[in-house]
Amino acid sequence: MDTGQQERAAARRLLLIRIVVLLTALLGVNYVAWRWLFSVNWDAWWIAVPLVVAETYSLVDSLLFGLAMWRLKERGEPPAPPPGLTVDVLIATYNEPIDLVMRTARAALAIDYPHRTWVLDDGNRPEMRAAAEAEGIGWITRSEDWAGMPRHAKAGNLNNALLVTEGEFLLILDADQVPLPSILDRTLGYFDDPRMALVQTPQWFVNVPDDDPLGSQAPLFYGPIQQGKDGWNAAFFCGSNAVIRREALMQLGVSRYADEVQAGVQRALRTARSVLRQARRGLGPDEDGVRRALDSIEHDIGRARRELARGEALMDVTYRFQQRVAEIRRRLVEADLTAVQSDLAAIAELERSTDEADDGLAGVDLSALDQLSARDWSPLGAVETVQALVDAVDVDLGSEAQPIMPMATISVTEDMATCMRLHGLGWRTAYHDEVLAHGLAPEDLATMLTQRLRWAQGTVQVMFRENPLLQRRLRWGQRLMYFATMWSYLSGFAALVYLAAPIVYLTIGVLPVQALSTEFFVRLVPFLVVNQLLFFVVAAGRPTWRGQQYSLALFPVWIKSFTSAFGNVFLGRSLDFAVTPKTRQESDGPAWHLVRPQLWAIAALVAAALVGVVRIGTGQAHPAGTIFNLLWVGFDLAIFSVILKAARYRGFDPTATPAPIPDRARRGAA
Amino acid sequence: MIEFAVDTTPEGVGVVTPKGRLNMSSARGLKDILDGLVAEGTSRIVVDLGETTFLDSSGLGALIAGLKSARQAGGDLRVARPTEAVTTVFKLTNLDRVLRPRDSVEGAFDA
Repeated sequence: MDTGQQERAAARRLLLIRIVVLLTALLGVNYVAWRWLFSVNWDAWWIAVPLVVAETYSLVDSLLFGLAMWRLKERGEPPAPPPGLTVDVLIATYNEPIDLVMRTARAALAIDYPHRTWVLDDGNRPEMRAAAEAEGIGWITRSEDWAGMPRHAKAGNLNNALLVTEGEFLLILDADQVPLPSILDRTLGYFDDPRMALVQTPQWFVNVPDDDPLGSQAPLFYGPIQQGKDGWNAAFFCGSNAVIRREALMQLGVSRYADEVQAGVQRALRTARSVLRQARRGLGPDEDGVRRALDSIEHDIGRARRELARGEALMDVTYRFQQRVAEIRRRLVEADLTAVQSDLAAIAELERSTDEADDGLAGVDLSALDQLSARDWSPLGAVETVQALVDAVDVDLGSEAQPIMPMATISVTEDMATCMRLHGLGWRTAYHDEVLAHGLAPEDLATMLTQRLRWAQGTVQVMFRENPLLQRRLRWGQRLMYFATMWSYLSGFAALVYLAAPIVYLTIGVLPVQALSTEFFVRLVPFLVVNQLLFFVVAAGRPTWRGQQYSLALFPVWIKSFTSAFGNVFLGRSLDFAVTPKTRQESDGPAWHLVRPQLWAIAALVAAALVGVVRIGTGQAHPAGTIFNLLWVGFDLAIFSVILKAARYRGFDPTATPAPIPDRARRGAA
Repeated sequence: MIEFAVDTTPEGVGVVTPKGRLNMSSARGLKDILDGLVAEGTSRIVVDLGETTFLDSSGLGALIAGLKSARQAGGDLRVARPTEAVTTVFKLTNLDRVLRPRDSVEGAFDA
């Protein structure tokens, strides 16, 4: 097929998709509006309201999906790569086996386009270094600046490497993503656009059988969903198999530094003032000299704040301020020395606690500063604290290893937050739908669950910390594309309701809708049908059922991601973050203990179905309602059956036929 | 290509003049020079951008890293004489609100 034919085919496909999107939206709004206005059984509000809320949730999910599909962008053949670009290929590793890393590193070395290859070894392993350097591959580990500082996992590893490499472009690879030789030739051409910051390619796994029991492949995400986001200039960075323009990342790092250092100094000055006031309250009537010193520092704080408000450059203001405080401190040194000792201990404590905080400035500002201002200070201690506070935030951003942190550290999944900030600066991203690396997926349920939990937690952290809907520098389409991914992780709560409703009806006969009338079915069924039709049309032959199953069947994981991310962001708790193991966990027998909530759900569904049948037999239930709810239970069981399959899965058998590599780049136009 | 001229004024202020393109491949060179000056005890430094034909965000990153070293040693880092193009790069990242470029090398430490 020539290019013209391909374009016409793609245009026809997009037209069809848009028609189905419109139909889905109309029928969905029609159904859910009718549900709210006319059919909620308010007498049974305790199940009726959750159900209509869950249905509304699903409608919004469907509308956001439709919005993405509206602009599905099939880029087809990539532009040719310009010669002479400089590229660093960065392979991030922490504790993966040396052989596995070296397999990826050798493949990276063999990439056609001229480049330099680096292993970023966060484990600082001498044998990793020896293996890499023996084959002419660069080896980078954290610089000494990181000693005793928050490490920020993979984001920190990449930030460290950014400062010691110098290529114009970076190809980021996980240790288990083996690149094809053509990966750079197929992606660098997009950077002809000077505003293009990043090109993401799919993550596709070789060690997954055709029926994909753990739902490892994400054919809908690495395909139509990314293509839809791409249409709104919101294609996501997914952490690996992506090429990034260094200038975009560095510009992001510098502008974040400028913003954070300004906000941090403002906060530090505010806290400094309350520390001083606290100290002054404890002064005796005969300590006039000390009082005058504290007064003059407070005066200087006010002056610094006014200068900043006038727009004077921050470094000038803080430099003068620090010089003046240092002068006053020299004069105060003769003051009470015994009280100073305990204050110095408290200051040291502050420094320790900011070291432990995993999110840099955010760790300095709230709890630690509150504690400081609530403490009783000796005068000299107060002055020392004021200086320490301002020193801590200006220049070196408190407890961070390096002032410039291009990869976002607000989330355990650095990729999404970084990409959203790049979009906020006006950069573009592209999704190139062609498999250019062969990855390894988890082969056991425990590892898979850990990985999904981590992704979900990371996404929810970003939603709590930098809600895309509130990012004024993003366009509305971009805000909604980021929000859609976060919204989809709320499905765990909806799944609970979709489980409970049929069980409630079959066991105690309470119906959350007013009646299972003809009108109900006339409104509901067409919506369900076009919704599935939309999946069918956009998927164009890619399997979607696994994804649908897991979006409900992993409900305990999604719920935990919300509660743990909430606890982390708002209550300062740990996420219990774990690095995804890349080698198989040895275990005997099916891993039933990992999926207990799902097994209980299955048992409850089966029991409710039996009770329902008995109730019909004894004339206690309406046949129509029971049959409808039995069908619903049947659907739920079909969804949850994947859990039984996953728990029994014993890992990939290399002699079996793996899934064929999808011919992605051309599929859409064919 | 880029060259760095390094001088010390009678007042003990180090003056570093990058001549050429200060970009991702030369940023590390600048950072090493600045760190070296601070290590030798010269913690008050002016980076004279008058002969810098091009500056990118990696160059800004090196300036910030140098600023950090200088301040931690009790000194400061000032930038002077930026060209129009260089000023634009400062503004693009809001760095002009943190680090104000000075008009002359001699007066960089006056105010």
